[in-house]
Amino acid sequence: MMFELTEEQRMIQETARNFAQKEVLPKAAELDENSRFPTELIRQMAELGFMGIAIPEEYGGAGMDHVCYAIAMEEISRACASTGVIMSVNNSLACDPILKFGSEEIKREYLVPMASGKKLGCFGLTEPGAGSDAGSQKTTAVRDGDSYVVNGTKNFITNAPQADTCVLFTMTDKSKMHKGITAFAIDMKWKGVSLGKPEKKMGIKASATSSIIFEDVRVPAKNRLGNEGDGFKVAMNTLDGGRIGIAAQALGIARASLEDALTYAKDRKQFGQSISDFQAIQWMLADIATELDAARLLTWRAAWMKDHRMRHSKESAMAKLYASETAMRAAVKGVQIHGGYGYIREYPAERHFRDAKITEIYEGTSEIQRLVISAALLKE
Amino acid sequence: MDFRFTDEQRQVEEMVRGLARKEFAPRAAQVDEESRYPAENHRRLAELGLLGMLYPASFGGSEAGPVSYAIALREVAGGCASTGVGMAVTNMVGEAIFRFGNEEQRRRYLPMLSGGKGAGAFALTEPGAGSDAGGLSTFAREDGEHFVLDGSKVFITNGAHACVSIVLAVTRRSPRMISAFLVDPGTPGFTVGKGEHKMGLKGSDTVSLSFEECRVHGSAMLGSPGEGLKIALSALDGGRIGIASQAIGIARAALATATEYAKDRRQFGQAIGEFQAIQWKLADAATELDASQLLAFRAACLKERNVPYTKEASMAKVFATEAGNRACHAAIQVLGGYGYIREYPVERHLRDIRVTTIYEGTSEIQRLVISRALTR
Repeated sequence: MMFELTEEQRMIQETARNFAQKEVLPKAAELDENSRFPTELIRQMAELGFMGIAIPEEYGGAGMDHVCYAIAMEEISRACASTGVIMSVNNSLACDPILKFGSEEIKREYLVPMASGKKLGCFGLTEPGAGSDAGSQKTTAVRDGDSYVVNGTKNFITNAPQADTCVLFTMTDKSKMHKGITAFAIDMKWKGVSLGKPEKKMGIKASATSSIIFEDVRVPAKNRLGNEGDGFKVAMNTLDGGRIGIAAQALGIARASLEDALTYAKDRKQFGQSISDFQAIQWMLADIATELDAARLLTWRAAWMKDHRMRHSKESAMAKLYASETAMRAAVKGVQIHGGYGYIREYPAERHFRDAKITEIYEGTSEIQRLVISAALLKE
Repeated sequence: MDFRFTDEQRQVEEMVRGLARKEFAPRAAQVDEESRYPAENHRRLAELGLLGMLYPASFGGSEAGPVSYAIALREVAGGCASTGVGMAVTNMVGEAIFRFGNEEQRRRYLPMLSGGKGAGAFALTEPGAGSDAGGLSTFAREDGEHFVLDGSKVFITNGAHACVSIVLAVTRRSPRMISAFLVDPGTPGFTVGKGEHKMGLKGSDTVSLSFEECRVHGSAMLGSPGEGLKIALSALDGGRIGIASQAIGIARAALATATEYAKDRRQFGQAIGEFQAIQWKLADAATELDASQLLAFRAACLKERNVPYTKEASMAKVFATEAGNRACHAAIQVLGGYGYIREYPVERHLRDIRVTTIYEGTSEIQRLVISRALTR
């Protein structure tokens, strides 16, 4: 057992932290206020290699490991959770499945520009009627010669308004239920692809979320990821990695809540002393810090297992469940420590609270994570 | 970063798990029922080198290191938590003597401790000095080449079975100075009180100690004059990893029982493990126990590398003991009425684990340590 970071991991932590503190943090409140997509930050992050951290260099990525990915995600999300999720979706949900399931040609065409950050990816799994029950897809892909014709609607798709590429899940054989799902790499400029209105969200407002409508979209068969019927496997495999990204995003939000609350508690004087001298406040800080460390260790363990090609579905689910719920608890306490100032936009505590909530919902709700974990336990 | 055990750590896990399952677990209910000190378990721990895991072979130890120690303690506590705490305190006392003792003290006591001649006891707590460990009133008056101890200690684990007790006493009132002494059983003036009737850990020996005109030679002092609190706090940092591991061991045993029960027990036409109400309890317990384990191993790894680990040990202890308590509560709930009766072990697990948020620094003291590190 060894918990120290490698040289490379320490380096990316420092790079990401410096960038996040200097470039991202000063903009976070404004991005949130205006629900503005941070185009300029994404461009800078592309230059740093953050849009395809664990993708091999030959495919445009930075060729680092998933622990590096988790570390960088935490640092970016510490400054701005919206920027964090834009990065996470591109890395985990768009690049990763193409790397693992796409043909060489498709990797060259779609993965290289995304991993290098020249283009942006999104992940089209959720539908109005298929949320946690991802197997009940209604979007169809019908084979027609050398291509498929796709019809259907995806919703709540992070990055959709800016995305160039979508990893899309469709039903190719309804009778086979979740074994009839097939995944494709889709060019968002293709005829028949259109966007719904961006959603007005509670938090992560700088990341854009909308539905995508597919009307008779013709998709070349070579754009298929894996075989027909492999889609569910592609989705679950991808989400095992994606959950590490969201867990790391949650770590960033929890750390933001903790660090901001610490600063405030040391400054704020009541009853003749800093409120951090009261055990009521100390207890909240100690609990957030302890849970945050626990969540980080769970997250790094899952990332490390992915790097070592070990099965990590249960461990990713544990990391995501625990880190996201830790982020929410931390944000609730962060607001409480700030009192009235925690409730107004002058301080970032209320933004952390709004941002934290989504981590318990997307890429598998807490309830789905508990299903995954308990299924593994009862099978063991 | 590496989350795997080394080969040696894996071997320790396998060996101790086998011992705990085959020998300790089968008698744990009886040990609890009769509040009997399991001397036979202590002997077995000695035979397998598990009582001196933190000092070298030249003093009879096995020097397995803090991570292997955490693994071994977890496994022992999973079989019998009372045996676990006895092992924890004996190892802690041995380590303190190794770290702070002189050559003669090491030669005299360490082989006895690792060889199982007796347990080790750590006498810090007093009726009026619990969390506020600095408020001791036991006094050691200097008298020529000797010190004369007067005072009383309470809640001392292993007190009646100890071959040596580390006793903390005030050696000067102003400015206040606290020192540590190695006291042999049978020293005139040193008496062991009656065993406490506890809620759990009934097989562990918990007694009060009293010192009346108890004369020890100056050479019995551990460390230098005034080093007592430093020795105590350093021992407790390590001790907290031990108690975290004990809690993890107990809670893992409870979770394993609950998981098996959930697969077997049928209600409403299906195994209760098919109900989300039950699945959620299992998932939360398993997740929190994995997190506990990582916090404990992290602290142990820091200790192994001689890096300061006070905050990390406190985090491990407060998190693991509280998560472990929740897991044991959940396990009883999963078993329903069967969880509440002695036919199943989970009610004992809950009684045993309850003390882990109290001894070797309450949860409140751990939060103080953590928040001080944060706000410093």
